Amino acid sequence: MNEKEEQLSHILEKHRGERNGLIPILLEVQKEFGYLPKEAMLAVAGFLGVRPTDVWGVATFFNHFRLTPLGKNHVKVCMGTACHLAGGRLVLEALERELKIKVGETSGDGHFSLERVACIGCCMLAPVTVIKDKIHPKMSPFKVEESLIPYRREEQAPSEKIGCHCEEVVTTDEAIH
Amino acid sequence: MSFEEIRKRANARWEAVEKGVHVLVGTATCGRAAGALDVIDAFKNELARQGVDLPIIQVGCIGLCYAEPLVIISKPELRIAYHNISPDLVPRLVEGYILADDPCLELALGTFETDDRGAPTIPELSRFEHELRLILRHCGYIDPENIDDYIANGGYTALEKALRMKPKEIIEEVKKSGLRGRGGAGFDTGLKWESCHQTAGRTKYVVCNADEGDPGAFMDRVILESDPQQVIEGMIIAGYAVGAQEGYIYVRAEYPLAIERVRKALKQGEEIGVLGENILDSGFSFRIKIAEGAGAFVSGEATALVAAMEGRRSEPRVRPPRLAESGLWGCPTLLNNVKTFSYVPLIVVRGADGFASIGTEKNTGTAVFTLAGKIRYPGLTEVPMGTTLRTMVYDIAGGMSNERRLKAVQIGGPSGGCIPERLIDLPIDFDSLYETGSMMGSGGMIFMDEDDCAVDTARFFLDFTTKESCGKCTMCRMGTVQLLSILEDISTGKATEKDLQLLEELAEDVKMGSLCGLGRSAPNPVLTTLRYFGDEYKAHILEKRCPALVCKDLIAYYILPDKCDRACEHCILVCPTEAIKGGKGEIKTIDQEKCSKCGTCLEVCPPEYHAVVKISPISELPKTLLTGKPQEKEGPIK
Repeated sequence: MNEKEEQLSHILEKHRGERNGLIPILLEVQKEFGYLPKEAMLAVAGFLGVRPTDVWGVATFFNHFRLTPLGKNHVKVCMGTACHLAGGRLVLEALERELKIKVGETSGDGHFSLERVACIGCCMLAPVTVIKDKIHPKMSPFKVEESLIPYRREEQAPSEKIGCHCEEVVTTDEAIH
Repeated sequence: MSFEEIRKRANARWEAVEKGVHVLVGTATCGRAAGALDVIDAFKNELARQGVDLPIIQVGCIGLCYAEPLVIISKPELRIAYHNISPDLVPRLVEGYILADDPCLELALGTFETDDRGAPTIPELSRFEHELRLILRHCGYIDPENIDDYIANGGYTALEKALRMKPKEIIEEVKKSGLRGRGGAGFDTGLKWESCHQTAGRTKYVVCNADEGDPGAFMDRVILESDPQQVIEGMIIAGYAVGAQEGYIYVRAEYPLAIERVRKALKQGEEIGVLGENILDSGFSFRIKIAEGAGAFVSGEATALVAAMEGRRSEPRVRPPRLAESGLWGCPTLLNNVKTFSYVPLIVVRGADGFASIGTEKNTGTAVFTLAGKIRYPGLTEVPMGTTLRTMVYDIAGGMSNERRLKAVQIGGPSGGCIPERLIDLPIDFDSLYETGSMMGSGGMIFMDEDDCAVDTARFFLDFTTKESCGKCTMCRMGTVQLLSILEDISTGKATEKDLQLLEELAEDVKMGSLCGLGRSAPNPVLTTLRYFGDEYKAHILEKRCPALVCKDLIAYYILPDKCDRACEHCILVCPTEAIKGGKGEIKTIDQEKCSKCGTCLEVCPPEYHAVVKISPISELPKTLLTGKPQEKEGPIK
């Protein structure tokens, strides 16, 4: 048994005998692996005695589950109502342009991934993006490039442009996962 | 230890803390996002440096989002709240108010007690004069991770009283209070309880719906993060009243802090015996577990939520049977919202009449709203039912930000509707909102100004419901996609007048042809904007003009030649598509074909020039630009 299989069987054992196990198990699998690998979903189906399509059905139904791994630097763009009104879509488009990936994708080298999320509950800071669990408040397309600099790999760092108006970045620790 | 002893211990602990100097920091998710944890670290470091040891208590959210991180320094004689505190301000507060008697009024939001040094008092702030905090009364003042704080503030007296009553008496009390479910639709809570009570069944469940999915409402999260025991107490009483032995709190996995705080609260409840076997020696046993949801807006619908809890796709089913007859695992199930359960302890302790005297005749009690959008003071508020929109905007939310005019209020998120400024004196309650074509829904209120486009807002919500439709009913699955596609045609200038009629007809059809609340209410944003902002739709269609200058395909960015500084090159440097032309000393022009309309040039153009403007319709652009010919090239340098 390799390490991944061991982690998986550990998770499954914890939920043995539970009646409503599927979603809690999938949540835990995703917490462990960062996404739902195909093999894990098959194993969960076997464990619960349900068809793989039932697991697939649930995994693709809920927004929280993802079927591909995240990038090393995961970028979330809040698309709640307040953020939308404050120009969230322009920020998302700017991020797509800067990262050269579409929303929902992970860059080829696995360095960045981009996701849109519904409200993260910081409407007073709208529009908000979350880069690697750090909240960037009051974003605008102009601030996007600047906000990504600390996360770029060195060879990717863009040349200096003009002075920045970027506000201080706040840490959230475990507030937003 | 008996409960009486536990209460004595809790009271003694609370009094000891209140007697001394202590610091309260709001650390709900919103406070943390604004940096509250760094502020706590700063306090710890500064107090250690000064050699002082005092309690720094992490409390929940007081509801003043704009003031986060919010810190209250409490001295027995005077409590002062400080707003927007960053770590570098902490030494000033420690040296000023904690170690000495300088109240640091320049940083203060207000004082809780009257003080003659000229600070505003918080109870007299316009917001608090109009608020009536029932279920938010502890939020931001007690430690949500310490059950003693809840008990010392009257917690679990309702449970004690309820356990001495007959279940039927409790249900009668809830019925008499007129409490309506706060999940959105406003169903009579007492009737729901009665129906679950009357259904025979050995196993029954109580489920708390904390699957808050509206992208602009967060009160359930705040309540769970700030005062979880209140919800739990309500659930236990409900369990006793309907005859259930087990309860679940279904909460989104996206709310990790709420889950953590509820988990701690449940554990503490079991430790002191208000949960578990033989609660307070009454013979009644009740347990509560957490069920984590994986994020689907439709899961907020009762039957869909039960499906998710059973490990299935969250698809609603036909009712009847109602959940009270056949719910979780086919057993009678009572399902209420977080806020509904929160009111229960109050109704039991203070009596139904007290509750029913608040609000309006058929809409008793208070309502909790989240306020966001173009207002000065976004946050969370609790007001008596029937409070007018005018009070909400101008007294509680502090009026509009940026000196702009209020255009509309969107209430209830994707299920609700847009209420125009002219209905500002509307008293807000379940029934009056329903008449406007909106609904209470989640209780999220978004304030829009002249810069917000009605068509774009409808398109935003339809985009959301299209993605969140579970796909069971054809009218919802396909109808919302068609509605969205028409709205997209309108906002890109491709629609004709006929489409407006089609939009309206289809919206009505989706309402009629959908099973659950999601589909039935999804057209509300479209129908209300059509009803109140029909002219704006027509401007998009007939003139290809977006009056609010929002819809990208109908606007163009333009640099006013007489305002452009020529020497400045800000716009050229930041344009991501290199669409701006013009060398040193020349007037800058935008190549409309290359322009991606990101608005960065407008953002960076220095305010003293203010040369970049948005124009709609695009045909208003100078002809030379439309044909692609360069504008005036040379000119004297200013």
